[in-house]
Parts: sequence; structure tokens; C-alpha cells
Amino acid sequence: MHPILGTIIQRLLLGIVTLFFVSLIIFSSVEFLPGDFTQAILGQAATEDTVAAFRAELGLDKPAYIRYFDWIGAVAQGDLGYSFSGRSASGIDRSRAVVDLVAPRLGNTLFLAGMAAIVSVPLALVLGITAALYRNSFYDRSVNAVTLTTISFPEFFLAYLLILFLASLWPVFPSLANVNAETELIDRIYKCVLPALTLTLVIVAHMMRMTRAAIINLLASPYIEMSQLKGLSKAKVIMRHALPNAWAPIATVIAFNLAYLVVGVVVVEVVFVYPGIGQLMVDAVTTRDIPVVQACALIFATTYILLNLTADIIGIVTNPRLLHPR
Amino acid sequence: MTDKPQAYSAAAEVGQIRERRTWVQIAKIELKKAPYSAWFGLIVIAIYLFVAIFAPLLAPHGEAEIFPASFAPWGGDFVFGTDQIGRDIFSRLIYGARNTIGIALATTLLSFAIGGSLGLIAAISGGWLDQLLSRFVDVLMAIPGLIFALMLLTIFGSSILSLIMIIAVLDSTRVFRLTRSVSVSVVVMDYVEAAKLRGEKLGWIMRREILPNIMPPLIAEFGLRFSFVFLTIAALSFLGLGIQPPTADWGSMVRDNASMIQFAKYDLTAALTPMIPAGAIALLTVAVNFVVDWFLHITSGLNDEH
Repeated sequence: MHPILGTIIQRLLLGIVTLFFVSLIIFSSVEFLPGDFTQAILGQAATEDTVAAFRAELGLDKPAYIRYFDWIGAVAQGDLGYSFSGRSASGIDRSRAVVDLVAPRLGNTLFLAGMAAIVSVPLALVLGITAALYRNSFYDRSVNAVTLTTISFPEFFLAYLLILFLASLWPVFPSLANVNAETELIDRIYKCVLPALTLTLVIVAHMMRMTRAAIINLLASPYIEMSQLKGLSKAKVIMRHALPNAWAPIATVIAFNLAYLVVGVVVVEVVFVYPGIGQLMVDAVTTRDIPVVQACALIFATTYILLNLTADIIGIVTNPRLLHPR
Repeated sequence: MTDKPQAYSAAAEVGQIRERRTWVQIAKIELKKAPYSAWFGLIVIAIYLFVAIFAPLLAPHGEAEIFPASFAPWGGDFVFGTDQIGRDIFSRLIYGARNTIGIALATTLLSFAIGGSLGLIAAISGGWLDQLLSRFVDVLMAIPGLIFALMLLTIFGSSILSLIMIIAVLDSTRVFRLTRSVSVSVVVMDYVEAAKLRGEKLGWIMRREILPNIMPPLIAEFGLRFSFVFLTIAALSFLGLGIQPPTADWGSMVRDNASMIQFAKYDLTAALTPMIPAGAIALLTVAVNFVVDWFLHITSGLNDEH
């Protein structure tokens, strides 16, 4: 078997093992709930029968490992269980399937994250590479200073700064991103400008700094110096000698920051009241709606792991040196 | 000059060592050379600490004292006005410094105690214990921190104690990785071997042989972890899941007063009210980052880029 293929398969297996353990952690979170949480959800007036029926529905009468396999099997088939909200003491069950809650919001979040990514990835790469090339110039220093400050800002500070200037003082964009399924694409983009801009500012800063560091690291290698001493033009040094080795670090930087986007989106969605999965999760945490929290956590964690896995694999494919780990 | 080959004396060398500069002297020398950004950072941190420690003396009103005028404008009795239920914003800002910084500091210390000691143990003992701890940390780090924290807060509820515990445990994974990676190269040194051979216990080897040699990266990491923990707690409080009212806290103050931003056209000061706590958070993180940058610059001994 080709050594690259072997390494990739190894990484994939490692990713699956990680996913398994992560799902185990997320599942077992429900085990730590206090024993009488069924009462807390159904209310004080819940009858014995209602509580017993609810416990049976959750499978609390079965051992934990059977429940885990039931749960993970259902998740694999796209069934994320039923929300805790909408249940009443009398046994009337108006709860909704978690899938129905999550699916439309997941689409919204992917739209917002995608919008931010499309703008920020090329922008950050251009800024990072040029800053590395013209290192220590005025341009480099100013880009560096600006990004260091935006990194230190909490997301909601950036978001409210943008709202203050672009929505309140000069009302150019709406401060609420209240989209729904019927919103037209153009209108949707218009409403998402401010949240996407907030995410872009945060991501670009991180990504640009990491790209710059990776490229500077690369430009310090002896073979780059050799090619410069050989008298090659600057463009040729970069295109022929630097870039082929730069793909791996750049891919890692992009994937790492897209994974960061997954977390950043939670706060930004709450600021702009955007109906995404982050907002859903925060609401579910407030009402202690465990099935929804579990579903959201599982989605976030899976995205995060898959993105990091992709970065690893791109790194392996584009960098032959990684073929020989210690 | 060559007729006294035994000029070396152990006593003289020991004497020289005694004359080494104390860390206060080193600090004075380095401070003289420090760039403006580092000075700015240090001064800001000093002011924040002063406000945090002497909060009850500085605040004109009580932390949760409610006045009849809600959403009062700036000026007069209330420097920055009052919030939605009539609490003085300025006093809450001052108490917020104490709560927010105090909780973040406690969390960072706890996370270093957990992650640092486990990292050292993993590096010293190696073998299956090292493997077990490292793989466990790998799995924990595969879940994004904020998401994991949200999930745990659902289960344990948002009290200050559970907030500190949850974030400290999650954050200790990064401390563990750093401590382990910097100490594996120290563990194989001869002086550690000598200490082991003369029968020192694990605790002694950790504290006296390894810790002094890995201090600089750990101190720099402490600054970075502090600002990260500080931002996480602020974000959680902003989401309404962190520090709970009536405890004054900057993150929840932003959340409570955020709606005032839309009045920027009519009254700019009202719109700035939620920006002040948010700005206070940002300023402290910027200051800590500046100081950490400077510290890394000194300890790494690098003088490139200038």
C-alpha cells in the first residue's frame, strides 16, 4: 500500500475513535443530572404515571451502555430524540423532534459561517503573505498592530462597535439579522452583513497572524536563501520554492480558523438575534433542555473534528516530509 | 601569570554566585529597556488591580443598590447613569472589576494547578500514565471549549463555583500540553537523574528540579491563559450563563444594557453605556497581551525583528 494512503487511513481511524469518545462524553452528560430531573421538567404536579412514562421514554430503566448504543444508533439514522420543552405534568406531550428544531437553524448557521469564510480566507491569506514578504515594513507593522488589537477584543465588543457605527449612528445595515425560510437571498445577505463582518474581523486577525508566522518560518529555511543566492526572481522564489511547501501550514491555518468560526458563531448569533444553531444551544442551556444541548454539542464537535481532520490530511498529502513521523 | 595553575577556588565561584542579581534587580534593568507597549500594559494592569482590590472604597454606591431612577442619563449623582432597574453603572463597573478579574484569576490558578501538576507527572513518569493522560486530553480538546462549557453548565447549573471548576478543568488541558512538552526535555537531564538516584520523592523533583527550569514559558502561558479565561467568562456571562445577577460583572452588564445602543442618534452617552464594560474587557486583554509579548521577548533572548 502506498505510504500516503496508510497514513491517511490511520488519521481517519484516529478521527473516528475521537468521535466515538466525544459522543460518549456528550452522552454521559445526562448521567450527571440530579436524580429527580424528570420532576423538574414535568413540574411539581406530575403524577407517578407521567414520571414513570417519561423515565421509560428516556430509557432510564435500562443500563447506560444499552442506552448509549440506542442513542448513537438513532443519531446515525438522523433521529436526535425529542426536546424536553413542551411537556406538562398532565402527561400531554407537545414536545418537538430535535431534528426539526436543529435542521433549519443549522442551514442558517452554515450560511453565515460560509459568508464569513468566503470573505475572510482570501483576505487573510493575501494580508498574511504580503505582511511576511514585506516584513518589518510600515505596512507589516500596522497590519500587525491592528490584528493584535482585534484578537484581544471579545466578539461582542466588535459586534456592538459595528452596530453603534453602521446600524445606529449611520443606519446602513440592520442591527437585527432576523431571517426566516422565506427571506430572499439578496435580502438575506444584506441582513447578514454585520454578523458576517464581525466574524470576518475576528477570523482574519487570527488567520493572518498564523499565515504570516508560517510564511516567515518558511522564508527562513536554507533552501529559500539558496534560491535567492542563485539569482532567481522574487516571484519565482515564491511560486516555485516557497509555495509548494507552504500549502500544508496554510491549510492547517484555514481549517483551524474555520473550526474557530464554529465557536465564534455562538456569541455573534446571540448579539444579532440570528436564528442559528448557536442561539438555539444557548436557549437550550438556559432552559436545561438536554436533548437539544446534546444535539448541538454533537454537531459543533463533529464539525470541529472533521475540519481538523481535513487539515491533517491536506497537510499529509501536500507535505512529503510528514510521511515519516518519528 | 602562568605560574599559578590552581587559581581556581570553589569558594570564589560560590562567592560569585552569591553576587548574582536578584530578580528585583533584573526586573528594574529590564523595565528600563521595556517598550512603550509593555509600559502601557503594566500600568493598565496595575490600575485594574488597584480598582479591584479597593472597590468598596472607590465605588460611590453599593454593588446591587437600586435607585428609583432607571435608565438615568449620565452626570449628576450617577457618573454613567443607571441600568434597567436603577443600579448605578459606575459603581457596578468598579465592583465588576473585582468580580470578573477575581474569578478569572482563580480559574487560571486552578487550571495551572491541575494542568501543571498532571503535565509534570506525565513527563516524569512517562509510560502508560503519560499515554493515558495525553490521549484523554486529546479527546477533551477535540470538543470546542465554549461548547463543552455550555454543555457542562447545563448539567451543573451556573453558579460561580461550577463556572470556575468547569472552565479551569477545560483550560487545564492546554496547560497540561505545554507543561508536558517543555518538561520532557528537562526530565532527561542529568541533574534530574541524580535527584532520582539519591532518592528524592516525586514532589521534590517536580518542585525543585524541573519547575524552576520551565518557569518562563509557563509564566507567559499564564498571561495568555488568563486573558483567554477572562474572555470565556465574559462571553458566558454575556450569554446569560456565567456570573449571575445581582453580582456585578462586565459581561452581563453589556448584555443588560445592549438595547441602549439603538438610541445613539438621540443620546450618544446612552449608547456608550454598554460599550464601557465591553471596552474594559478589551482593554485588559490588550494590556495582558502586550506584557506577555514583552516577557516572551526577554525570556526567549531573541532580538530579531528590531
